[in-house]
Amino acid sequence: MPVCDLAVSSVRELNQALHRLSPDTNETAWEIDNPQGKHAIGVGINVPVEIDIKGHVGYYCAGMNKHASVRIHGNAGTGVAENMMSGTVHVMGDASQSAGATGCGGLLIIDGDASARCGISMKGIDILVKGSIGSMSAFMAQAGNLVVLGNAGEALGDSIYEATIFVRGQVKSLGADCIEKPMTDEDRERLAGLLGRAGLDDAKVDDFRMYGSARELYHFHVDNAASY
Amino acid sequence: MSANSPRTTPRVSATFDPYTISEIQRAAATGIYDIRGGGSKRRLPHFDDLLFLGASMSRYPLEGYREKCGTNVVLGSRFAKKPIELKIPVTIAGMSFGSLSGAAKEALGRGATLAGTSTTTGDGGMTEEERGHSQTLIYQYLPSRYGMNPDDLRRADAIEIVIGQGAKPGGGGMLLGQKISERVGKMRTLPAGIDQRSASRHPDWTGPDDLEIKIEELREITDWEKPIYVKIGASRPYYDTALAVKAGADVIVIDGMQGGTAATQEVFIEHVGIPTLAAIRPAVEALQELGMHRKVQLIVSGGIRNGADIAKALALGADAVAIGTAALIALGDNSPTLEKEYEALGTHAGAYDDWHEGRDPAGITTQDPELARRLDPMLAGRRLANYLSVLTLETQTIARACGKSHIHNLEPEDLVALTVEAAAIARVPLVGTDWIPGQRY
Repeated sequence: MPVCDLAVSSVRELNQALHRLSPDTNETAWEIDNPQGKHAIGVGINVPVEIDIKGHVGYYCAGMNKHASVRIHGNAGTGVAENMMSGTVHVMGDASQSAGATGCGGLLIIDGDASARCGISMKGIDILVKGSIGSMSAFMAQAGNLVVLGNAGEALGDSIYEATIFVRGQVKSLGADCIEKPMTDEDRERLAGLLGRAGLDDAKVDDFRMYGSARELYHFHVDNAASY
Repeated sequence: MSANSPRTTPRVSATFDPYTISEIQRAAATGIYDIRGGGSKRRLPHFDDLLFLGASMSRYPLEGYREKCGTNVVLGSRFAKKPIELKIPVTIAGMSFGSLSGAAKEALGRGATLAGTSTTTGDGGMTEEERGHSQTLIYQYLPSRYGMNPDDLRRADAIEIVIGQGAKPGGGGMLLGQKISERVGKMRTLPAGIDQRSASRHPDWTGPDDLEIKIEELREITDWEKPIYVKIGASRPYYDTALAVKAGADVIVIDGMQGGTAATQEVFIEHVGIPTLAAIRPAVEALQELGMHRKVQLIVSGGIRNGADIAKALALGADAVAIGTAALIALGDNSPTLEKEYEALGTHAGAYDDWHEGRDPAGITTQDPELARRLDPMLAGRRLANYLSVLTLETQTIARACGKSHIHNLEPEDLVALTVEAAAIARVPLVGTDWIPGQRY
C-alpha cells in the first residue's frame, strides 16, 4: 500500500502521484498521514482507488473527485468533495461550510455535523449527514439527494430546483420556494437505499420528512417579487 | 390670447426625455423592470476622449509598411507551466452557449483560431463545437458552475474565474426559459424551459483569502499547467487587482460597464460599475506597486471597437483586450440587412438588444433551431477573423506612428486627453497643456 506522509511530502507531490495513476493501476489502496489541515488534498482524482486520510483536512479535500473512495479520519474544511462527479467521500468527523457544493454525482457521507451551505447548488450528488446541517443548505440545489439525520438550519432549500431533501430532525425554516412534500414509495425506496449505503439500515424511513421545490419561482413573475 | 398669437415651440424636458417617458410608461403598464442585453449605452468617458501624439521632432516613427511592429502577447507566465501565446492582443470574451447559439460559439472559435487568438466559454459549460474549433479556449469558472467538470478543466487552455462582469458587478444572471432548450437544460442540469438563475456569489469561497485556496485547488487539479485568469467587473479596480494578485492570479481581466451581458436589468447596466477607461490606470497602478506589471498580465474589456481603442488601452498599461459585443456584430448581429425583421420586433438594426428573448433574426443570440440555422459558422468565423485582422493592423498603424516596434511599447506619454475628465481619469495631460487634473507633484 502506498503511504504518503504529508509531514514529509508536499500536497503537490501527492496529487501528482494520484493523477499519474492509470485506471487499471494495482496501487488501489493509499494511506495519507499527517494531513495537518492542508488544502486541496486528493483533488481531481480520476481513478477507482481507495484513500484513507488519517487526520483533519483543509479546504476542498477530494474536490472534483471521479471514481475514488476517500475516507477522511477527521474533520474536513470548506468545500469537501466540491463538484464531485462520482465515487465516495466519507468524512468521519465534522465538515465545514459548502460540503458537497455543486457536486454532480457520487456519495458524500458526513458522520458529524456539516456547517452552512451544505449541498449548495448540488447537481446530482447524494449527501448524507448523520448530524445536523447549517443555514442556507441546498441553496439552489438542482439535482440529487440531501439526507440529514439531525436538524437543519435556516432557509433550507432556498430557491431549490429538482433536488430532494430528507430531514429526520427539526427544520428551523424553509427558504423561498422550498416546501414539504409527501413521500411516495419511490422516494422511500430511494431514501432507504441511501441510508443503507451509509450503513444506517436501522434508520426508519418514515421518521424523515421530505422537502423539494414548489416550482413557483421557475418562471420570473412580478407577482413573486417578494420572493426575489 | 388669440388663436393667432405666437406660441413657444413644444419643449422636451432634458430630465424627462422621450426615452425616460417611454420607460415610465412601460414600467407602469407591466410592473416589471426592463431587461436587455449589451452594455451601457449612455455617453461615458471613453477611449474617444484620448488622442495619440504620434512621432515628431523628438520621437522617431517606424516605416509604415516596412518595419516590423510585434503584436504577440504571452498570458499566464507567472505560475502556469503552459502559458498561452497569442499572435494578437485581442481575445474573445466569455459568452455562453445558451445565451448564444451553438453555431455562434463555433463561429467565435473559428474566427479566433484563424486570427491566432483565444476564445472563452461562458456560463453553462464547454461545447464540443467550441472546443473543436478553438485552438486556444479559456474555460470560465463561474458561481453557478453549470456544466463544470474536471475533464473540461483539463482540456481547456486556461481557466478564468469570474468574479463579475462590467455590465453588472455584483449581479447574477437569468437566462429566460425560451432559451433553455433540452440541450442547454441538460448541460446545466436543469429542466428545459424554466428560467435559469445564475448566482452572484461563488458557492464555496468568500473573499480573497478563500480565493487563494480555490486557485490552489484548480492548479492542483490541472497539475499547475493552466494559466488562471481572474475576471472582475470594474468597480474598485485598484483594490480588486491587488487582491487578485495576492490570491495568485496569472492574468487579471477587468471589464468596464460598456461590456455586454446576455440579459440584465437596464437599471443595473447603466448605474452600477465604472467605465472601462476609468478602470485601467488604477489596475495598472496596483500591478506596478506590487512589482507585477507585465508579470501578471492585464486584459481590459468593455466597449473595445477599433484599433485605436486597443492601442489606447495598451498605452495605458494593459497587455491585451477582450471583445464581446464587437465580435457579435462582426458575426452579423444588428446587420442592416435584417432591418425589416428588427422592425417587426419593435426595434432597429443598430439598436437591437433584446438578446435574452431568443428571437434574434441573425441567429446568434438564440436557441431557436430555425433562427440558429441562419448563421453560417464558417462565413461568420471568417468575418470575425477579418475584423480581428483589421483591429490588429490599426493598432500596429498607431504604434508605428508613435515609433514603437512592439505594441506593448506604447505608453501613457504617447497620449493626451480631449476633455478634463478624461485627463483626470486616464492620467494623461489635457491636450495642449501639461496639466493632469489631480496629479500629485
